[in-house]
Amino acid sequence: MSETAIELKGSGFTLSVLHIATNDIAAITAALDAKISQAPSFFAMAPIVVNLEKLAEQTIDFVALKEALVALNLVPVGVTAATDEQKVAAKEAGLAVMIAAKQTAAPTQEVKVERVEVPVEVPVAQYVPAMVVKTNVRSGQQIYAKGTDLIVHGAVSNGGEVIADGNIHIYGTLRGKAAAGAQGDQNARIYAQNIQAELVSISGNYWTSEQIQEHRWQQSGCIHLDGEQLTISSLQE
Amino acid sequence: MARIIVVTSGKGGVGKTTSSAAIGTGLALQGKKTVIVDFDIGLRNLDLIMGVERRVVYDFVNVINGEANLNQALIKDKRVDGLFILPASQTRDKDALTLDGVEKVLDELSEQFDYIICDSPAGIEQGALMALYFADEAIVVTNPEVSSVRDSDRILGILASKSRRAEKGLDPVKENLLLTRYNPSRVERGDMLSVEDVKEILAIPLLGVIPESQAVLKASNLGEPVVLDEQSDAGQAYLDAISRLEGNEVDFRFLTEPKKGIFKRIFGG
Repeated sequence: MSETAIELKGSGFTLSVLHIATNDIAAITAALDAKISQAPSFFAMAPIVVNLEKLAEQTIDFVALKEALVALNLVPVGVTAATDEQKVAAKEAGLAVMIAAKQTAAPTQEVKVERVEVPVEVPVAQYVPAMVVKTNVRSGQQIYAKGTDLIVHGAVSNGGEVIADGNIHIYGTLRGKAAAGAQGDQNARIYAQNIQAELVSISGNYWTSEQIQEHRWQQSGCIHLDGEQLTISSLQE
Repeated sequence: MARIIVVTSGKGGVGKTTSSAAIGTGLALQGKKTVIVDFDIGLRNLDLIMGVERRVVYDFVNVINGEANLNQALIKDKRVDGLFILPASQTRDKDALTLDGVEKVLDELSEQFDYIICDSPAGIEQGALMALYFADEAIVVTNPEVSSVRDSDRILGILASKSRRAEKGLDPVKENLLLTRYNPSRVERGDMLSVEDVKEILAIPLLGVIPESQAVLKASNLGEPVVLDEQSDAGQAYLDAISRLEGNEVDFRFLTEPKKGIFKRIFGG
């Protein structure tokens, strides 16, 4: 094997962080299950980091915690804000010990899921080229760009649907439905040359044509999330 | 090899059969040997529009099932040389058509004819899929109103994904837009979509614009394809479309309301 078979690089990833305020695994499981049921696809196989800030002096059954998270279809990656004793126990349970790049405000709920940037040493994800559709997307057609961006040269007709895990670019008129960030990427955007959409959605936050008509209707624009609020802005800004 | 052209729309009642009859007849008038095939099994209308309903003995389904040969089922038009009709069965349903059976019949027709016009049933089910599957070209008949335009859009998507050309990765089916029942004064009043509106939404080349006309209804009831009524605006508009189908550049007519004199206003035109 040549030397280039692997390369190890540092990179930042957005991970969900689970703040727990109790070492009662059953209570955590129940609360988390309720949370996940609100958006099952969003959390499916989501990598998750457990923040132990609120459990400074307590012992935690990490093996049981890990099993509980796996049972909920999550991928436990590691723990953060752990004491030295907790670090040892977590490592024995096969969890990584991680240090958050920036701490966020203290959680207010017993169980809270939020997203923070955590630098982790993992292999860099492969570049996935955008999916390109050179024709119109007609009524009744559905295009899904899995794990990547979608570029449509033509128009998306009424009754047509374009979905992407990444961003969507439409160089014709968007008359149908467009959903970007289908796997939950809140930074995904939809760009269209002419917005007359039936529905637009970013990471599950959607507007129907009624709401879109108040913003840049029949004009070009970029649809994105500002916090949790959908926004349509001019491409000139 | 014949050019196989499907006349389709998705929506019913927009003028597929009228257009199939007019275009088929018009092509034969220009010396092209043409057959019009009725794919609307169970609701056959083409023979009525063509005025040959009393001469139907065997039909398309009989040929597919081997109960008759093609020449027994083909009806020769008495008015225009080189024009034939293959009627649909009235007693069967659309499941009587099979891809193998249709292919066999079209192959056989292809040897004798220059043009095969497939008159599609409405909808996007079996019958419509059979009619468009083998097509080289499509004439998408559309009325200037939103539901018709949307159904045409759906059919265009199906042509691009479910036709033989799409499945085999050949050149795509050539798409043509035929706008029928066009009424310029209603467009002006905003009751109807304009040619430009429809062209913008469907984004395919415009083959023809047929004005809304009493001549069409009269022709249907008489069983005379409207192109045989050379005085009528609709007949002339179809002839223009046929000329474009053969690759000629023809200016579009009947897009604006004709100026009517006082007598025409009173007595009708």
